[in-house]
Amino acid sequence: MTFLGMPLLRSKHAHSDLPGGQGNIVETEAFPEVSHEHLSNQQLRNNIGHATSTIRSKRAEVVSELDDWEKLRNAGEATKNEVMANLPEYLAQFEEAFTATGGIIHWARDADEANAIVTELIEDNAPVLETGRREVIKVKSMATQEIGLNEHLETQGIDAFETDLAELIVQLGEDKPSHILVPAIHRNRDEIRDIFMKTMPDAGQLTNEPAVLAEAARKHLRHKFLTTKVAISGANFGIAETGTLGVVESEGNGRMCLTLPETLITVMGIEKLLPRFADLEVFLQLLPRSSTGERMNPYTSFWTGRTEGDGPQNVHLVLLDNGRTRALADEHGRTALNCIRCSACMNVCPVYERTGGHAYGSTYPGPIGAILSPLLTGVEDEANGTLPYASSLCGACYDVCPVKINIPEILVHLRAEDVEANHSPVSTQLDAALTGASWMMGDGKRMTAVEKGLPLAHKATRGKQIDALPGIAGAWTSSRDIPALPEKSFRQQWADEEAQRSGTGAQTGDEEGQR
Amino acid sequence: MRIALFATCIVDAMYPEVAQATVRILRRLGHEVIFPEGQSCCGQMHINSGKFAQAEPVIANHVRAFTGTEWDVAVAPSASCVASLGHQQPMVARRQGNDALASEAAEVADRTYELTQFLTDVAGVTDAAADLGSYFPHRVTYHPSCHGMRLLRLGDRQSSLVRSVEGIDFVELPLADSCCGFGGTFSVKNPEVSSAMLADKVRTVQATNADVCTGGDASCLLHIGGGISRFERTGGFGGTPDVTAVHVKETSSTDARGHTTETLTTVVGADDDDHLTPGERGTAPAEPSRAQGFRVGQAAVHLARILASTKEDPLRVPSEGAEVSGGSLR
Ligand code: SF4
Repeated sequence: MTFLGMPLLRSKHAHSDLPGGQGNIVETEAFPEVSHEHLSNQQLRNNIGHATSTIRSKRAEVVSELDDWEKLRNAGEATKNEVMANLPEYLAQFEEAFTATGGIIHWARDADEANAIVTELIEDNAPVLETGRREVIKVKSMATQEIGLNEHLETQGIDAFETDLAELIVQLGEDKPSHILVPAIHRNRDEIRDIFMKTMPDAGQLTNEPAVLAEAARKHLRHKFLTTKVAISGANFGIAETGTLGVVESEGNGRMCLTLPETLITVMGIEKLLPRFADLEVFLQLLPRSSTGERMNPYTSFWTGRTEGDGPQNVHLVLLDNGRTRALADEHGRTALNCIRCSACMNVCPVYERTGGHAYGSTYPGPIGAILSPLLTGVEDEANGTLPYASSLCGACYDVCPVKINIPEILVHLRAEDVEANHSPVSTQLDAALTGASWMMGDGKRMTAVEKGLPLAHKATRGKQIDALPGIAGAWTSSRDIPALPEKSFRQQWADEEAQRSGTGAQTGDEEGQR
Repeated sequence: MRIALFATCIVDAMYPEVAQATVRILRRLGHEVIFPEGQSCCGQMHINSGKFAQAEPVIANHVRAFTGTEWDVAVAPSASCVASLGHQQPMVARRQGNDALASEAAEVADRTYELTQFLTDVAGVTDAAADLGSYFPHRVTYHPSCHGMRLLRLGDRQSSLVRSVEGIDFVELPLADSCCGFGGTFSVKNPEVSSAMLADKVRTVQATNADVCTGGDASCLLHIGGGISRFERTGGFGGTPDVTAVHVKETSSTDARGHTTETLTTVVGADDDDHLTPGERGTAPAEPSRAQGFRVGQAAVHLARILASTKEDPLRVPSEGAEVSGGSLR
């Protein structure tokens, strides 16, 4: 076998010595700080709130049409678990089938290796234009976002043109995607019109109507489809049995890229495999319904290696690790690799809805991003260690996930990893409070003793709500009150009543206020 | 039946009247209630903070307290804590290498019920007015907690029991299934996001015009009640970046007698007007809350207290000018 450390399933913490991923999965700033900026952007919150609630109800509607939805989810989960448990074998099987049909496979350990491989392939296949630069067209791809391919190519004298409408908006706006399915979810129509008019010289005057905007983009792209020699794509699925790659999309621009150029380079994470062609039956039901709320997406393209005289004649695949082996070795987190990138979890997430995708500092935002990024990089990467706390653990993400990834449980697992990584040697107030609480709650007697202080606390606060506390608790009282404290805890009241019943007199030493 | 009450730490220390109400309900059904004295907390706070090592003694304490005496089932007025017993305690004990504790914890969890789960599934209570004598003549809205809804799958157990209370005027909470933003230490680790979620929740609660917001989890009610209280006193959420007026989207319908009624369907932020047709556009209530009967810190009431309330021993809400009274254990 020719490639990177074959993924092995290992036990607790063995993963921490495997290499972490790099690129656009490493958050540079702690989540609470980044989210602060985004929370105050009312326009962004409205755009996102509106888009997610629309797509959320569409999803719910088409999912409710299927009475075997839960069975489909179970089947999807089981298939992906099977893939992860046997990934080395499936990868080997895939490589053999893909190569036998005329495709060429490249293995990339991390973002740098993948970028270098793609650059070399482009230099071999795309001509230098009059401008002195080379050009490639691109199908929307999370993997190339993850490794920062476009930015890398730019430094190598290569211009990469996104052909997915939303990706194009993001690219022309010199922006970053904030949602994995709707990368420009944070933009509204007026903003998009402005971006187009500024960046498309031939577009002329545009209105903000979707049809007008789509037409402008279509004209802009047509010329590229017909003249560019090399295309780069991602893949939604790779079929181990047949060596087939597949892309599902809405616009058909992807299909143009997949068929018109001479050379096609696909970048795919090693976890994207399905064992058999027949497995698509389940996944092609799960994916479109969960992601766009459609019964089926308009364009589904599959290709198996190379076909003489039809379509691209140079077919390459870069298989990307970039921390996936590491995530796979984490027995409590590895199911995160089952993700089929439908984005349903971010559309239901109350945190994502308020902060937007950029706050997660990664190609993968929302609930899946909060677990996947730290799993790929390791929580040792300090800012990524704040991602697992970016959730109220409400569980909405687990409920909608088509492959039943238990995101809340993995979040809690990663918090435990973060605690072990021990980022702040100086204990925070919250740590101290939790340590105190553990001591107290580890023994009911201590809790009883501590609660005896309640009458005092009750008096000190004069029975009123508490509106300001010092230190970390101040974060709480910055926007909420704490209710008036009772005079006695329940256990004291219970003890008093018991004592009265048995006629031995009150034992808590304070009968005031008893009924 | 001999029922062990698990009061939970928040109820024990902050809302003793909720535990009292739970006891009253159970006794009214003829059960014997005991209170395992060594109990403290389910450990959720530590577990959700990733402090597994510190959670272990808390879990061990719970198991010790509840295996120390004989009982048939345990009941807790908290979906979140019951969910933690079953979903988290065994997992954490195993992760700490304590398999014996894990199986003991699972055993205790198996026999522990959330209050309305017990009432519906075990005691067969379907009509609170008929079976418990519950009486609460007020306008009430209901927030289903995330853990009750998604971890315990309580479904409509809580809301249908609350609806069946005599005299109650039940009003649906718009966007009820969205999280209130508490999430334990989440509200401390990400206070701003948590506040933004709370602000939206409080706005929807206020838009119902209810006297109280009820629910089955003291922690969510602590959060929502704290938010209402703050909004009440200051007209906003200090420290929360967005404070926008609430817009109420209403739909008209015609009832059986031909009267047109306005039904509240959803509440949206002020700047969301773009997304509404002109007919759907509402207006922000000038004095969103004061006119609506909420009183500082008193607007969120645990459903155990509503179910325990009777004509003889009523729970008065502040809008009537009386203090909320807890009643006694009997
Ligand atoms: S975690 Fe699940 S819901 Fe979220 S994007 Fe992946 S497959 Fe979809």
